[in-house]
Amino acid sequence: MTSETNSAVRKVRSGVSHTLLIIVAIVFLGPLVYAVSTSLKPADEVFTPTPHLFGSEIRWQNYADAFTFAPFDRYFLNSLFVAVAGTLVVVVASSMSAYAFARLKFRGREQLFVLFLGTLMVPQEVLIVPMYWLMQSLGWVDSYWALILPWAFTAFGTFLLRQFFLTVPAELEEAARVDGCGPFGSFFRIMLPLARPAIAVLTVFTFISFWGSFLWPLIIINSVEDKGTVPLGLAQFVGQQGTQWNLMMAASVMAMIPTVLLVIMLQKHLVRGLLVTGLGGR
Amino acid sequence: MVTLNDTVAPTETVRSGRRPALRRDGRYASVFLAPSLAGLALFTLFPTAMALAISLFDWPVFGERKFLGFGNYTHLFGDPVFRRVVFNTALFVVLYVPLNVVLSLGLATWLGPKIKGRQAFRVLFFIPVMTPMVANVMVWRLLFQPGGLLDAGLNSWFGIDAPNFLGSSSWAMPAIVAMSIWQGFGYNFLVFSAALDQVPQSQLESAQIDGAGPLQRFRYVTWPMITPSIFFATTMTLITSFQVFAQPFILTQGGPGVATQTIVMYVYNQGWQFLTMGLASAAGWVLFVIIMGITAIQFLGQKRWVNYDV
Repeated sequence: MTSETNSAVRKVRSGVSHTLLIIVAIVFLGPLVYAVSTSLKPADEVFTPTPHLFGSEIRWQNYADAFTFAPFDRYFLNSLFVAVAGTLVVVVASSMSAYAFARLKFRGREQLFVLFLGTLMVPQEVLIVPMYWLMQSLGWVDSYWALILPWAFTAFGTFLLRQFFLTVPAELEEAARVDGCGPFGSFFRIMLPLARPAIAVLTVFTFISFWGSFLWPLIIINSVEDKGTVPLGLAQFVGQQGTQWNLMMAASVMAMIPTVLLVIMLQKHLVRGLLVTGLGGR
Repeated sequence: MVTLNDTVAPTETVRSGRRPALRRDGRYASVFLAPSLAGLALFTLFPTAMALAISLFDWPVFGERKFLGFGNYTHLFGDPVFRRVVFNTALFVVLYVPLNVVLSLGLATWLGPKIKGRQAFRVLFFIPVMTPMVANVMVWRLLFQPGGLLDAGLNSWFGIDAPNFLGSSSWAMPAIVAMSIWQGFGYNFLVFSAALDQVPQSQLESAQIDGAGPLQRFRYVTWPMITPSIFFATTMTLITSFQVFAQPFILTQGGPGVATQTIVMYVYNQGWQFLTMGLASAAGWVLFVIIMGITAIQFLGQKRWVNYDV
């Protein structure tokens, strides 16, 4: 009797719980659905007195039109190039220094590592002014160099990969060293192949942070039509009279798609990327 | 952790010739460290020092520079716009951080290990954390427009006349906070739900058998085990929320007036609208000091309420 009522109560509870959950999910998804819905509407149906999920037609043409309305093809290529190049620099530089901190013995290692971690404290906003001046001095204002290099040397990657390298049993490397394998050999043939999962996480999260970065490109890029990235291209429309909201939403959805796919692909490893995401977003 | 001992002192003498090996390692280490060290020195350490130097000058983008001492700082604290901007940023932090932490902790607890499809929620809520901020904010700009989803929905479904969210000085900041929570809570949700996974079910069940209600179980079993994660999440959220920029920049341009202008927007405006780099740099340093202060207070406070032993 009691156990029956108990299970009935539990059933009602889990029913309520599930209903509430679905409501939370719908409220949360609302803005995303709204973006996709607007991106498929004709321009004169974006603002209607009552909200409609669909317009009088499903206008896929908006996605093509976004590219002619503004040079989004150029923005996408620029973003892709900058994100891939930047990620490459981050992965190479941080895997090398992570190996040194995890495996090589040298004087001052602890102090140097503390210094590395210390650089994480400095927020980007403090650096942008001197960085702009540095770019001026190097003649890099409005260049791809300026988009790629200044934020490609963060200690996050070093920290993340060092943690991973420390978990690799030392015997593996010692055996290789006895066989005449130097640090370079053991780095390339043992550590890097073993660290593939950690490197994948670093790669994806770094790519995403380059892909979404906004403040620095806003400052350093003057010729938006030529060297602008996707976020800059999107922000161009703010404050314009008669914004083409349906095209804007099409462009926004397209900017989101690569990152959404990467998140789904990497879903098992999101926790490991939290640190890179939390403070690394430049 | 690596101890100082196994760094310098050759404790285990497996092979003879330990000292030469040490020196050889040193040479290799400099090769392995060279790219990162050079990059960090040029692009982080040097600019940090330069930021302080620039903040002591009248430093226009083009033209003569003049040493001012602390002139820029006294100017900042006398500037009613800057004071308002600091207030706005603090208001954003005070609204955003507790709401974010409570919402994400609440949802993570509710979507506990027993709920099916929890992984799907983790991924779902994490999506706006990863999608480009500018794209997220653009969507919300449309949402908040007069005639947008919120306005039209409130009007036609509930018969309520919605305010002009982004144009009203009382609604603009709550609108920015709401958008930011939607965008950012998935991060803390993931942190908390990973932490909750570590709480052993057996302990929760034995507490239940002993007659502890859900609230007691949370307070006395779960809470002590997740305080390190709460500490981590709160610190990270505090730091990043002081740096808020894209949301007000795109939603309101800091308006109406300067009602939603933040410290980073002020840095941007001083530096790249008014071309006064000295002031911009000084404002950046004020932000840095605030963030360092908050982090220090957090780390001092953690000894009191963070439990690392369990």
